[in-house]
Amino acid sequence: MTALINEQGLRHDGRRIEDLRPIKIEVGILKNANGSAYIEFGKNKIIAAVYGPKEVHPKHMALPDRAVLRCRYHMSPFSTDTRKNPAPSRREIEISKVVREALEPAIMINDYPRTAIDVFLEVLQSDGGSRCAGINAASVALADAGINMRDLVSACAAGKVGGQVVLDLDDTEDKEGQADVPVAIMPNFDQVTLFQLDGILTQEEFKKAFGFALGGCRKLYQLQKEALMKKYFGHGEPIVEENE
Amino acid sequence: MPDVKRRYVIPGEVVAEGNHRPIANVLRVGEKFYSTRVGMAEVGHEGVRVIPLSGPYIPRVDDLVVGKVVDYSAFAWEVDINSCFFAFLPAQSVFGRDFSPAEDTLTSKFAIGDILAARVIAFDRTRDPLLGIAGPGLGRIPRGETVKITPTKVPRLIGKRGSMIRTIEMATNCRLTIGQNGVVVVNGAPEGVVMSIKAIKLVEEEAHSADLTQKVQTLLMVPAGAQA
Repeated sequence: MTALINEQGLRHDGRRIEDLRPIKIEVGILKNANGSAYIEFGKNKIIAAVYGPKEVHPKHMALPDRAVLRCRYHMSPFSTDTRKNPAPSRREIEISKVVREALEPAIMINDYPRTAIDVFLEVLQSDGGSRCAGINAASVALADAGINMRDLVSACAAGKVGGQVVLDLDDTEDKEGQADVPVAIMPNFDQVTLFQLDGILTQEEFKKAFGFALGGCRKLYQLQKEALMKKYFGHGEPIVEENE
Repeated sequence: MPDVKRRYVIPGEVVAEGNHRPIANVLRVGEKFYSTRVGMAEVGHEGVRVIPLSGPYIPRVDDLVVGKVVDYSAFAWEVDINSCFFAFLPAQSVFGRDFSPAEDTLTSKFAIGDILAARVIAFDRTRDPLLGIAGPGLGRIPRGETVKITPTKVPRLIGKRGSMIRTIEMATNCRLTIGQNGVVVVNGAPEGVVMSIKAIKLVEEEAHSADLTQKVQTLLMVPAGAQA
């Protein structure tokens, strides 16, 4: 078996400890959804779709002063090496909850009383760090849907592998490593919306991991911004004529 | 407005700092104004606003909307106005004050599936939009082709003082009823309707481009420099 980190300080896939995997984000890939995005985060391939704001059914679930945000994180049966049962697992239900809680502070839900906003995350291929990848895609899809947001939400994980703190763990590192720290932030407000820690870290390691994750989130924000700019504006200049 | 600064923004970007008046789609936190939508930010004498490029239709009082009757009760029609809220058209506003649920049948005026042009007469956070059909050009639209566009692009389709709508109407010999909710009804000869729909789709796709009027004129083969 290859060492998780070799003598040159490179990880099993050739990355340095503070490197992200290759990332690609596309906006507006689904015609039928109000907003959508596709993200490739290393070998993760995830589609995010946003529907709403729309009427709530059943009606008694509607809130009089704000929108109901509903998230569904789902892994396709073909997303893993052995077939995954398509029924929602304990893990998927938990990730749906943490994704919802990571996105909720950024969405101005009070602007849409008595409505529902549905966010669907479909993992087509998974390779560790899919909750962070999903949050990035969902946040861009929400902006694409034209829902009022305080900020985008950018997410990235750090962790401890082979005794060293590293950025952006893949599936092998996640399974073999000692700790995983997924973090999501609202970059323009410097606020954390998701923070989890699975494993054991010393205080020093924790500080370093958290710093790595924040750095990763900021890089993700730039990619999200570029993806939205590309979809909506290409590379053109703002128009100068009055439009009303 | 020569002294208005424009630039493209996404949610969370700082549009302006200092003492401004927030107009639309901006969030003020301390001295900073953050955009809440993807769109074009404008900072001018009047204040700060972001013109969004996508998003749902949120009704406003006095808006002209085009909707479809989806249901009715003894007292009102329920109308789908392409929004996150269904609108209500009270029977009393159609039959008059002496409306009697026992004597008047709502289907004698509007049936499910009918397309209506109506005005939003009341709407706030606590209630669904209320429609009225009193006014010229309002009521059932008996014929025509409906086209849906992104509601945020409706001002572009109307154009400066209605210039774009006039250009399309005159070139295609059609009549356009444009709802603020993004539903457009086109009436006219079949060839004209086809051309109008092409022009409307072009406006939607190219809403943020500078030479939109020229592109529409080229599509409709309007001589350059012709005034609508």
